[in-house]
Amino acid sequence: MARALLPPLLAPGLSLMSEFLGLAYFAEVPAVLFDIQRAGPSTGMPTRTQQSDIFAAAYASHGDTKHVLLIPSDPKECFEMSAESFNLADRLQTPIILMSDLDLGMNDNLCEPLEWDDERAYDRGKVFSKEDLDDMSERYGRYLDIDGDGICYRTLPGIHPDKGAFFTRGTSRDEYAIYTESGEAYVRNMERLSKKFETAKDLVPAPQLHEAKKATRDGMIFYGSSNNACLEALDILAADGLHLNAMRIRGFPFSKEVTDFIERHDRVFVIDQNRDAQMRKLLIIECELNPRKMLSYTHFDGMPMTALGAAKHIASVLGGSNVTPLRKKKAGEKA
Amino acid sequence: MSYIRPEFRHPASKTNTSGFTRKDYEGALSTLCAGCGHDSVSNAIIDSCFELGVWPHRVAKISGIGCSSKTPTYFLGKSHGFNSVHGRMPSVATGANMANGEMAYIGVSGDSDTASIGLGQFAHVARRNLNMVYIVENNGCYGLTKGQDSATTDVGSSSKKGDPNPYEAVDLCSMALQLGATFVARSFSGDKEQLVPLIKAAITHNGFAFIDVISPCVTFNNTPASSKGFEFVREHREATGKMDFVPVRSEITTNYEPGFVKEITLHYGSVIHLYKDDKLDCTDRNSALRAIQEHDEKGRILTGLLYVDPDSRDFHKVQQTVKQPLRDLNEEDLCPGARSLNAINASLR
Ligand SMILES: Cc1ncc(C[n+]2csc(CCOP(=O)(O)OP(=O)(O)O)c2C)c(N)n1
Ligand code: SF4
Ligand SMILES: [Mg+2]
Repeated sequence: MARALLPPLLAPGLSLMSEFLGLAYFAEVPAVLFDIQRAGPSTGMPTRTQQSDIFAAAYASHGDTKHVLLIPSDPKECFEMSAESFNLADRLQTPIILMSDLDLGMNDNLCEPLEWDDERAYDRGKVFSKEDLDDMSERYGRYLDIDGDGICYRTLPGIHPDKGAFFTRGTSRDEYAIYTESGEAYVRNMERLSKKFETAKDLVPAPQLHEAKKATRDGMIFYGSSNNACLEALDILAADGLHLNAMRIRGFPFSKEVTDFIERHDRVFVIDQNRDAQMRKLLIIECELNPRKMLSYTHFDGMPMTALGAAKHIASVLGGSNVTPLRKKKAGEKA
Repeated sequence: MSYIRPEFRHPASKTNTSGFTRKDYEGALSTLCAGCGHDSVSNAIIDSCFELGVWPHRVAKISGIGCSSKTPTYFLGKSHGFNSVHGRMPSVATGANMANGEMAYIGVSGDSDTASIGLGQFAHVARRNLNMVYIVENNGCYGLTKGQDSATTDVGSSSKKGDPNPYEAVDLCSMALQLGATFVARSFSGDKEQLVPLIKAAITHNGFAFIDVISPCVTFNNTPASSKGFEFVREHREATGKMDFVPVRSEITTNYEPGFVKEITLHYGSVIHLYKDDKLDCTDRNSALRAIQEHDEKGRILTGLLYVDPDSRDFHKVQQTVKQPLRDLNEEDLCPGARSLNAINASLR
């Protein structure tokens, strides 16, 4: 009941654990999961890579649920975001899912050496200590939003003889963790959880922006292990006179920076390693965007994506390109 | 069961060794059906904790989903609790226990919660010998969802719906024994005399203490044709030797009744006294399995303490975990720091 950790899981484990994710969301239990995404659905191509759990993770479990995602792009970021995910889980009191993939999780990747700052302290979030409870004259409420940010104060079992104990559950309850079927209490709680998700927007890692050398109204969005291929694709396109500003998304819920970037552009290509363009759709839903300006490049044959594949597709849409493929097109790769 | 609890307490209301009254161990008013066996189990838990003098804030209550799993609201109102998801109380209990081994963990589950959806989790928590009390309030049906047959419904037994169950029943005590549980007992919600000392011994036991409590569902499965109804259980029940639990702090003589034939000393020095000499040897797993089987063949239900391993090594011991609760560990205890990371980096170059 202190810091919770679920072990690294391959994609099917995310499906298996969905009910628990809903429980942790609703009961507000800090937890960290590592999803090493692989080619689904079901057992799919279990030894091949994909980014196809975006929906399954963002909205895992039945009912109105939403989860915080961190999306690293190389082993160094996996390391840093892992450490950060524990702080965020305690700060936000909700599951944090680190969206790695099989390319990152099992293949050799080059990265900068891992570093650790010895000054770094743990953030345990909002926890009332024994002393806090002693000083309290009012009744303690586990689900009482004192600060107005949607995040309430926890207590840890065994610290105080007669204050701060609560009985939590996945069923609806009031601010004092007392079971209730009152519609108003339920709505209040669900709206507070939404507020907490708003708070999360500024706490997840900010996107990384890459400005084109020339001013442009075209943009590109990518994430995770697509990073290197996409940066190379931008170079190929630029060499060809096609300039795009780019943004690598590193977290969900999407912050204002993400929506600002999209608003600054007329056309935005979203690069997904899955068939259904899941990140593109998540952006459209969550940021309430006009789908027409959100273009897509998907690559989902289970192999890591290539710069040429992306560059060729984008060039063909933007009009005119002299990018020549070095290899034959693979199944599942769009022309 | 909804009833108004008298608020008045006699000024000299009895306090236990830790200075608490029985009221300190009570919970919210029950909303179960009047007469439900589960309420008697809650009361037995309250009595056990009161008599043992456990500190309420040092107990955690954990449950799955079902009428049985709702009951932790109705006892130990000053304890932390977690009503988790159907069949998965064991993994929540495991996490909580690993994070803080200083608390007593009382898990409450149902027969569907444990023997159907939760069978896998039950198997592993027993194998791991997690230090907890695991009570199944066994009514042979899915009470909360209106009385469907469960995996512990006996062949031929029929509930209010009337159709005899065609499937073999899972016997949770036999299973617990085979899986390595280090304390196994069966009891009946209608027999407080037997149940309370069992729960006290189970709380004191250092390892996985399993109690299958037959706890009739008066609303859906208390028919004359049901083998989990009050009438059938009363008529077909046999008890292992009478048992007394003598906690470590009391002088043996206070609870002492002459004539006990066997004494089992538990981890912290508490003692179990067994009175009747029967064929069952409570420290021998096979003897317990045989006794359950022999009674079953004769159509009898064997209740009481079935097995205890006084030398049990719990999951923390096997895993060699740190002594303190994880909440008390800080950066210095947990973080190997930059030097270690640099050494790892260097070793990979
Ligand atoms: C995953 C899941 N499946 C089904 C249910 C519906 N459900 C709620 S309680 C229950 C059965 C409970 O029976 P038991 O554990 O024997 O408890 P009792 O009510 O008899 O005490 C079921 C199937 C659920 N809550 N979750
Ligand atoms: S339905 Fe059965 S198990 Fe549930 S509260 Fe009523 S009597 Fe008890
Ligand atoms: Mg039941």
